[in-house]
Amino acid sequence: MQRSFLLYFSITLVGVIFIGRLFQLQILRGQRYNPINNAAVKTQYDYPERGYVYDRNGTLIIANQLSYDVMIQPNEVTPLDTLEFCALLKIDKVSFLKRFERAQNYASYLPSVFLKQLAKEDYAYLQEKLHHYKGFYIQKRVIREYPIKSAANIFGYISEVGEAKAKKNAYYQQGELIGKAGIEKEYEAYLRGTKGKKYLHKNRFNKVTGSYKNGLLDTQPSNGEDLTLTIDIELQQYAESLMNGKRGGIVALEPSSGEILALVTAPSYDPNRLVGRKRSKNSVILMDPNNPDKPTYDRSLMAQYAPGSPFKMMNALIGLQENVIATNTSFRCYEGYQYGRRKNEFMGCHCGIIGSPIDLKTAIAKSCNSYFSNTFKRIVEKGNNPSEGLNNWSKHVKSFGLGDYLGYDLPAGAAGRIPTGDFYDKRIRYRWNAASVISNAIGQGDIETTPIQLANFTAAIANKGFFFTPHILKKVSGETIKNQKYTVPKKTSIAAKHFDPIIDAMHEVFKTGTGKSSQIQGLEICGKTGTVENSIKIIDGVKTQAPDHSILVAFAPKENPKIAIAVFVENGGYGSTIAAPISSLIIEKYLKGKISKPWVEKRIKALSLQEVYDKQKSKEIAPRTK
Amino acid sequence: MRQERNNIFAGVDFTLVFLYLFLVGFGWLNIYAASKTPEDLAFLNFSTKYGKQLVFIGLALPLIVLILFFNSKFYEKFSSLFYIISIFTLLGLFVLGKTINGATSWYDFGVIGLQPSEFVKAFTALAVAKLLSDRQYNFALVKNQIKAFIIIFLPAFLILLQPDAGSALVYLAFFFVLNREGLTLNYILLGISTVLIFISTIYFGPEAIITSLFILITFFLILIIKRAGKRFLRFNWHKIIGVYLLLGVFVFGTNYFYKNILASHQKDRFDILLGIKTDNRGIGYNSYQSELTISSGGLHGKGFLNGDLTQGDFVPEQHTDYIFSTVGEEWGFIGTSLVIIAFMFMMYRVIYLAETHSNKFGRVYGYGLASILFFHVIVNIGMVIGLLPTVGIPLPFFSYGGSSLWGFTLLLFIFIRLDAHKNYDW
Repeated sequence: MQRSFLLYFSITLVGVIFIGRLFQLQILRGQRYNPINNAAVKTQYDYPERGYVYDRNGTLIIANQLSYDVMIQPNEVTPLDTLEFCALLKIDKVSFLKRFERAQNYASYLPSVFLKQLAKEDYAYLQEKLHHYKGFYIQKRVIREYPIKSAANIFGYISEVGEAKAKKNAYYQQGELIGKAGIEKEYEAYLRGTKGKKYLHKNRFNKVTGSYKNGLLDTQPSNGEDLTLTIDIELQQYAESLMNGKRGGIVALEPSSGEILALVTAPSYDPNRLVGRKRSKNSVILMDPNNPDKPTYDRSLMAQYAPGSPFKMMNALIGLQENVIATNTSFRCYEGYQYGRRKNEFMGCHCGIIGSPIDLKTAIAKSCNSYFSNTFKRIVEKGNNPSEGLNNWSKHVKSFGLGDYLGYDLPAGAAGRIPTGDFYDKRIRYRWNAASVISNAIGQGDIETTPIQLANFTAAIANKGFFFTPHILKKVSGETIKNQKYTVPKKTSIAAKHFDPIIDAMHEVFKTGTGKSSQIQGLEICGKTGTVENSIKIIDGVKTQAPDHSILVAFAPKENPKIAIAVFVENGGYGSTIAAPISSLIIEKYLKGKISKPWVEKRIKALSLQEVYDKQKSKEIAPRTK
Repeated sequence: MRQERNNIFAGVDFTLVFLYLFLVGFGWLNIYAASKTPEDLAFLNFSTKYGKQLVFIGLALPLIVLILFFNSKFYEKFSSLFYIISIFTLLGLFVLGKTINGATSWYDFGVIGLQPSEFVKAFTALAVAKLLSDRQYNFALVKNQIKAFIIIFLPAFLILLQPDAGSALVYLAFFFVLNREGLTLNYILLGISTVLIFISTIYFGPEAIITSLFILITFFLILIIKRAGKRFLRFNWHKIIGVYLLLGVFVFGTNYFYKNILASHQKDRFDILLGIKTDNRGIGYNSYQSELTISSGGLHGKGFLNGDLTQGDFVPEQHTDYIFSTVGEEWGFIGTSLVIIAFMFMMYRVIYLAETHSNKFGRVYGYGLASILFFHVIVNIGMVIGLLPTVGIPLPFFSYGGSSLWGFTLLLFIFIRLDAHKNYDW
């Protein structure tokens, strides 16, 4: 072998490796190289103004306000009179040093926030004084303002975007604001607008040396879109005031469109508490998992309760549709219904009509348990086996949007539960029959629904067999939404003709039945009260049964309904005592604009159940019924 | 003939001169791009790096004439003297040298500083050439091998003490020279396998490496025993045990050295290169930025003076050790490949010419030149493109710096001188 081979060979080898590596770096990797994502190009964002939000009547409900941050660039700070400066900013010296150190640690030559969100009064004063202090200046920021201290559960809040989200979504830089709940989250894309971008050349020391490509690629910010909600903010506030001192949820819908008129959870909080400097402190208090009030937990969307008696209408409708009962079918009630052979297999009833035949209309008006137990038994027994019968029942129920997320446009919710035959096949090992699951006949048992589901169910009855998916967005920048999800009606599996007798019966409820005391002169309200029994719990070693939940569903007027409503008051007792007056007040307020029985309004507003809640220090958020 | 001998350019290899001018000229353009400030232009002026480098280049021309003026015999005759003077200039640094960045490598003459290690390479190459070309010299003798090693490693050792590990490492290049003159390749193989075991021990940990090495050796041992019979075991058992022991000591020694002795900044460089650590802000910043800068150039580059990373000073030391990244950004893949090909071509040409020398002195010197160039190119570009750890040595002819430019000019043009007269001067 020639002696020169080794060196020739090595040079060639290294040359090939180097050129190969350069090919990898410059050609393969160079293709992915984005000139904007370059250390020498600084992207400066120009923030748009977040969209305003109005209620259905054009009342401004979410606006923006200016906030002023004191900024610091540590390398420009000259020695200063700390005492005077601290007094100016209303902070103590320890806090001053801590803030200064934090800014220094972040970057000595870059501006960072020294003191967040000054009070407006302080700003004017500081503005004059601050220029004496080199390295400090004031920066304006736009933050949210909620002119009406209400509907926090609907509005949600905005806060700084998390690291994970900022990494996943290229639009957001860490520290920017993003909607975290409510419509702020749901309609973030509309509300936020689009940031403007300015590209600047900078050197290694972050010093800007000029614009990149003469600003050719720069973009202007475009402000967020203004939204109009379906909410009637006056009604919302009124409903919230009625829930004072109580826990529960109220949902009011417009049956002809599925628009949400009011969405109340109680207790709630002032949405302004989650804005600005006090946000983080308040959010800790409001989101404390040990706080039994759970003010940030939207009971109207998420709390799953047994629906109780209003569910009897459902069983009546299915009975009619399945032809196991007719409008003139009667059953007898003997203070209850003996569904099994054993003595304890007996369901009590308070309808008060003993021994004589009860027809459908009376059964609903008087809320007779026996009637619907019989009906339910017939529905289940219509199948070849109980499982098949119950599956068929379940299919009808689900066509009303129960047992599943409804698909409304708010980022919180619960599915609820509608048991099926398969559900019991799994749970009950031995053979079961209609009697085993008879509690479902009266809306107890294993059924769970959320207030919004129940309101939607009521709307479907009001519409005689169809409903529009509930939604809260009405207009975007003045344009009415055209999303088919909300504009195309969904049909239930019950024929329209079966609704008439049910509606008549519901009308009877407010005329002669359990809702009689809450009827309003001149208003044709159709509704149904409910009283949901709570399970027995052991609290401090004592068997305790919490008071019943008070429930009411209603719509009005009878012809051409304008409002459908579901009211849940936790531990409120009989449906007729709390839930019924609350709903009739709301209906009257919405339809008439004034209240004919101010004494009822006064009584309800003053009524607090706090004592009842204090007695049951349960860890559960909303005591489930079973 | 006489006339030709008086013409100092007679016989000069213009291919090499052309390559030299290309590298120096292109180098200067990149230094200009890397060190230009938008404020004012000052070309023949010491206030800017590119102005200074232009002066250095200007001063290289009389140096070239001077080198070519002397007869080839002059370099052979005085090589020992040059070498001794070199050693003394290196020693003198410990007394008179100026410390910059922790290394005492410079003589300070006010406006300019000189870095003797850049010149000593050329004189060491002369000394090695002189030694090996001696008619009495027989490379097969271990005594003579040691003599060569001393000549090579004495300056390397002195430079290491400055401490300037990068410049000292360059002397390893002489292995190519010695190999050409008969030194067995085993030294290089041994060197390479040592480095491989060293790196893989750091990367995979000593346990994994020692296990796999032992399995490998045992496997070969079984193969050998199968062929040669058990007798092999009987006569070589001490060697076998020795190999096992040596490997064990080396692997665990490496681990110990790496974990406990190596300075943390050196350790970091290895860690980043091997991908054990990522750090794009601190110590890894240079390499990260340099790779990014090169990548951003793409095929064509962004154009002269249009590299925004270069212009924004994102790569530290870009005009000196990282000058190649400027080529990458502004001239793209075309520019970087061209520079590499120019270097390869220059080295090929030197080896080719060296092999035509009938005189051993010229041949050995030529190999010294090619090897030193080769080593500098590997270490410098390898570092800039992220294949080798950060070792600060300049890119020949290209990087900013008077000493480096003049040192390499000296190294190259002595060879051109020797080559010009190879046919009739001896």
